[in-house]
Amino acid sequence: MAEEYLLEMEHIRKEFPGVLALNEVSLRVRSGTVHALMGENGAGKSTLMKVLLGIYRPEDGSIRFDGVTHEVMDIRKSLQYGISMIHQELSPIPYMTVAENIFLGREPVRGKTGWVKSKVQIQQTQELFDELDIDIDPSAKMVDLSIANMQMVEIATAISYNSKLIIMDEPTSAITEKEVAHLFRMINNLRDKGVAIIYITHKMDEVFQISDEVTILRDGTFVDSKLSSKIDKNGLISMMVGRELTDFFPKIDVEITDIKLEVRNLTLPGKFENVSFNVRRGEILGIAGLMGSGRTEVVESIFGIYPPASGQILIDDKEIKIKQPMDAIAAGMGLLTEDRKLSGLFLPLSVMDNMVYSSIGNFMGRIGLDFKRMSEECEKQRRALDVKTPSLAQKVVNLSGGNQQKVLIARWLLTEPDILFLDEPTRGIDVGAKSEIHKLMGKLAESGKAIIMVSSEMPEILGMSDRIVVMHEGEKAGELSREDATQERILQLAAGETLTI
Amino acid sequence: MSTNKNPAKGNIKLKQFINKYGIFLIFIGICLLLAVLTISDGVSIFLKFRNIVNVLRQSSVIGIIAIGVTFVIITGGIDLSSGSLVAMVGVIVALLARNSMGLPIIVSVVAGLAVGTFAGSINGSLIAKAGIPPFIATLGMMTIARGVGFLITKGRPVDNLTESFQVLGQGSILNFGQNFFIPFPVLIFAFVALVSHFLLSNTRFGKFTYAIGGNEQAAYICGVNVDRHKIMVYGYAGLLSAIASIVLTSRVSSGQPSAGVSYELDAIASAVIGGTSLSGGIGTIGGTIVGTLIIAVMNNGLDLLGVSSYWQQILKGIIIITAVVIDTMRHRTSR
Repeated sequence: MAEEYLLEMEHIRKEFPGVLALNEVSLRVRSGTVHALMGENGAGKSTLMKVLLGIYRPEDGSIRFDGVTHEVMDIRKSLQYGISMIHQELSPIPYMTVAENIFLGREPVRGKTGWVKSKVQIQQTQELFDELDIDIDPSAKMVDLSIANMQMVEIATAISYNSKLIIMDEPTSAITEKEVAHLFRMINNLRDKGVAIIYITHKMDEVFQISDEVTILRDGTFVDSKLSSKIDKNGLISMMVGRELTDFFPKIDVEITDIKLEVRNLTLPGKFENVSFNVRRGEILGIAGLMGSGRTEVVESIFGIYPPASGQILIDDKEIKIKQPMDAIAAGMGLLTEDRKLSGLFLPLSVMDNMVYSSIGNFMGRIGLDFKRMSEECEKQRRALDVKTPSLAQKVVNLSGGNQQKVLIARWLLTEPDILFLDEPTRGIDVGAKSEIHKLMGKLAESGKAIIMVSSEMPEILGMSDRIVVMHEGEKAGELSREDATQERILQLAAGETLTI
Repeated sequence: MSTNKNPAKGNIKLKQFINKYGIFLIFIGICLLLAVLTISDGVSIFLKFRNIVNVLRQSSVIGIIAIGVTFVIITGGIDLSSGSLVAMVGVIVALLARNSMGLPIIVSVVAGLAVGTFAGSINGSLIAKAGIPPFIATLGMMTIARGVGFLITKGRPVDNLTESFQVLGQGSILNFGQNFFIPFPVLIFAFVALVSHFLLSNTRFGKFTYAIGGNEQAAYICGVNVDRHKIMVYGYAGLLSAIASIVLTSRVSSGQPSAGVSYELDAIASAVIGGTSLSGGIGTIGGTIVGTLIIAVMNNGLDLLGVSSYWQQILKGIIIITAVVIDTMRHRTSR
């Protein structure tokens, strides 16, 4: 095997105040290969990529790319060097067209006037899309695109730079299986052309499907680099977490009792129609469906973020009115939202502040807030959920995704809810934290809480739910018991077909 | 996280210390510098008790406004109406406190506070209920309040205020002659600062203020009544503008419709120099007070040194920009 590497990152060290984010980490990538970068959240994958792009300046180590050694990279030159990146979190300019977004900063202009040749731009975008077999209108506004299509534009943009190395940070987190297959075809083409790809993902199956080599990081240190063919799923997981995960879904048998929450004929025009279901104490109800099928909208509507136009919500058989989230909380509900950053976290604030906001009424002292009790309760949650943070005063923005998610779960546990809505409870978090959250869900159900979980991850839905409601285009397509549920059946219902299997 | 083996730990601690108390250290530095520069005949004029009290008294009006504005900015908003509210409330209070009215001062004070709070609440309602951007809503209120002030006085100052009303701005307590006394404006400033600090850091009201600025959508989902809270925050800012107005009106013994021009900008500058982030979620009352004092001390020191007031304006601008540049760089490197 040729020892020619396109990229060699050696002994990279990066510190943040109070945290050693990367300690002697190395990464070597060959041209014409797909190199998976694996590790739990907080393992240092993103930090390493930011060092590579020159967003962070490492304290120590060297980077050799395409035969040139750099002490530090320069973000402004990374494209020039031949490195482009597909970011996990999309940042399109919403009111500009697809073509304008793709050509941002390198528009075809007339001479030195700076006058943009819009037609050429659109034509070139169309050519790019034709080549990649993407079916999106180049003159559509970004804001009108679905998340999946925005992701495809992002991918096309990265490819259009003709880079030697493309970094893909969880490119499949927001797209459907059909598009994943499409993406993999594009990746294979790029590989054949000699492009190197660093592929960051949490999805094990993808690693074996697409990658040639894999490098594993753990807690900011380098664990190993291996050929993907020389390693299996369990081996990979144990290298990532440093322990064997014997049990993915620790579903425990819980006594399911009377109906806690029931909704009847909930309708919000344009979002969902006639949705009815119930959840019992001790039960975990899964809500499955494709993106845009109205899953999230239903739970957010029940919670009062935008109340339903018609229909009934009953708790313990009594109808209640929920006009805003405050009413839902008072009725004993909690909602872990789908998007941590957008609607969950208070990024500038501390871990403790982030935990207490929905239960702050419980911490009123005789004069002002009772901070002693507040920090005791938060500390209890921190320990119970094993939130990794130097202190409760730490700003939540400095925590890894998995730990941020735990902080948000702690927030709702502090309200002592009877009904807990968990919307994508483990999206974008690492295997270790994932399994901890799944265990916690089991325990919460055992203590008699009713849990409604929305999830896009099939194994999670199948592994955790007692019962599964499947949504399709704003309507309830069907309901499956744990025994009857299979991946195929759920997919059929989600696609709007009738069950044949 | 292997922080223990981190050789740069001490360094990082120092960094955190500077991050936290940076603006206060700069304030102390400016004071020391001025103390030395103003020495004449072996005595530092800047450090004389009279001078220090003078600085505090001068900064009290802007300081009180800036505290209210800090609440607003922490929610992610802005308040441009405070200077005009000072004028409008001032003339209303002065009209009621005239000798010819024969009313007890409590009437004029309460009326002034009510008007200020009401105007602030209108700001809040426009922002929360009608969804108008804070900049626009308070810009409108700024012009309206200024106009009302001129309208009800026909553009003339309101004089002949009762003796007892003038005490609020001119009196003092703990009088030990020339060498020690505390003017009422300073006392009121300190009281407002203490109450506001407690309100912001120790109560649910304060926590919600940070929450809304930190992430409004998340605050709503956490059960915060965002609309009502915004109305209260702008109302509180209006209340503090009214308090500042009463202090000012009493000190100059006159209600002037042209008073308080550009006070809102000085107040915003004080908050920003004190580390309040215009993007919301970050800020403290202590920081704002230090910010107010930095501006006041600079003006005073430059006066003592005989520097022209034109230069003072230029320097003030430079300080505002520098403070924000330092703050921005701090956040950039700590990322």
